[in-house]
Amino acid sequence: MNSILSIVLKRLLIGLLTLWIVTVIIFSAIEMLPGDIATEMLGQAATEESLAAFREKFDLNRPVHVRYFAWLSGAVTGDFGISLANQRPISELIGQRTANTFFLAGYAAAISVPIAVVSGMMAALYNGSMFDRLLSNSTLAAISFPEFFIAYILILIFSVGFGWFPSLANVDVDTSLGERLYITFLPAMTLTLIVLAYMMRMTRAAILNLLALPYIEMAHLKGIKRWRVIAVHALPNALAPIINVIALNLAYLIVGVVLVEVVFVYPGLGQVLVDAVSKRDVTVVQAACLIFAATYILLNLLADILSIIANPRLLHPR
Amino acid sequence: MNNLFLQLRDAPVSAWIGILIIIFYTVIAIGAPLFAPYAESASVGAQYQPWTAPHYLGTDILGRDVLSRLIYGARNTVGIALATTALAFTLGAVFGLLAATIGGWFDVIASRAVDVLMAIPPLIFALLILTITGTSVVALILVIAVLDSTRVFRLSRAVAQGILTMDYIEVARMRGEGLFWLIRKEVLPNAAAPLIAEFGLRFCFVFLFISALSFLGLGIQPPTADWGGMVRESAKLISFANFSTWQTATFGLAPLLPAGAIALLTIGVNLVVDWVLHMSSGLKE
Repeated sequence: MNSILSIVLKRLLIGLLTLWIVTVIIFSAIEMLPGDIATEMLGQAATEESLAAFREKFDLNRPVHVRYFAWLSGAVTGDFGISLANQRPISELIGQRTANTFFLAGYAAAISVPIAVVSGMMAALYNGSMFDRLLSNSTLAAISFPEFFIAYILILIFSVGFGWFPSLANVDVDTSLGERLYITFLPAMTLTLIVLAYMMRMTRAAILNLLALPYIEMAHLKGIKRWRVIAVHALPNALAPIINVIALNLAYLIVGVVLVEVVFVYPGLGQVLVDAVSKRDVTVVQAACLIFAATYILLNLLADILSIIANPRLLHPR
Repeated sequence: MNNLFLQLRDAPVSAWIGILIIIFYTVIAIGAPLFAPYAESASVGAQYQPWTAPHYLGTDILGRDVLSRLIYGARNTVGIALATTALAFTLGAVFGLLAATIGGWFDVIASRAVDVLMAIPPLIFALLILTITGTSVVALILVIAVLDSTRVFRLSRAVAQGILTMDYIEVARMRGEGLFWLIRKEVLPNAAAPLIAEFGLRFCFVFLFISALSFLGLGIQPPTADWGGMVRESAKLISFANFSTWQTATFGLAPLLPAGAIALLTIGVNLVVDWVLHMSSGLKE
């Protein structure tokens, strides 16, 4: 047990260190803006007083490291400062939208993960069958098609053609859960199609690797029933790679959401980020990037730690 | 050269389809002014024409000929993606090979830097940097090349490390050969096949990435014809489509044409990459 704990702690430490470096990189974005921010934003004609007031408002007078810690401790508690473009508090701007983004990603995950794991296992068990070949061909499509291509095909078929689902996923705070699930069905479906083939493929590969090992062959030779070999002998060892696959794809979903939100005009964090980049609203970009990057890193960290814990070999140290 | 022809002759159908797609796009991109019936960004008719002669694929919001813009888009989008991939590849391969060959502190520093860069999702990182630099084509190429070179770095470093444990490297080192001689004469020829396949994969990634950024309005800027941007411009049309007549149905296809052009090229490159990987892994059916 001791060895597993030290491995987990070591991984946790590396993950947190990475996260810290990333916050430094994101924070330094505002330092790297060419020229003086105050003159840049207010124009050359700005008076000395208005420049001073601007610097006071955006806290530009204190030294860099002091501002970094102020920004970081604010960010941890959900206070990201104020927007450079419209000078409103950022938390007000992104609070509800962040929740919307996580809702959409979670929705897509809830559809795609069960399908991917079950059909990935089927493909591995019936290796070389029609189903298996269909799967490997669909992976090619999934890695080749841009996200918006899949999205517009779905819109054309299900929204324009059949009229079953709305093409714009316009939700607000008052939308009930059932309606929300209905409205965001097409975006969730798009995200599902993007990650599904990839996830199935990785699950299949993990199980195939396992089934080729001598101890599985031994179990077969002992005359154990096929389902028992898989459920009792193979599955515990397959758990680690499968958990890893799921968490990696969840991390991917969090980022893939940006494009899908723009296609469906879904009020999420991705839209805020894209708008802020085109307006060069650095403080909002920083906040959104921090949320996306932190989620991505933490999910990757979670994937590693869970697969360490789920590895039966580490539970019985020699 | 002879060997290459032999391998091409034995190539599977899928690889041939891939090669044909790539040749088709190359010809279109190089000969764009010859094939395009109209100029790249000239308004030549009423806006939103259906698919009738002389505008076989209709016109867009500014009355520009969609077919001509698709053809010029091949040149712009693919050209920029190719330049970015080449730069990413040069950066990644040079640093990867150096890190493996020199080793020591250089390897440690380069590898840790790459680890950090890869910990941030590339789209998020690119958006952060484009906020600072603004969206120009040069900034776009540089940002994506640096972000993408991390993956090339990892691969070329791993491949080179595998080669460097070989006996013939040991012999060359004892002969007193220099660093660059080792890389050029011993490591590079042996690392060629996986690196070529990686070039194809990286191109697909960069190509999709630039298209995605252009689609978000943050990549290649109008009036330059670019497929990602064309999808963005024609996206609203899709809700005006209905299937009562084929001419109104074509509105629904407006964003799908450029998006499909992106998808088809990516499929073609992937098919060829699969074949190259299959050959270099030494598996023969």
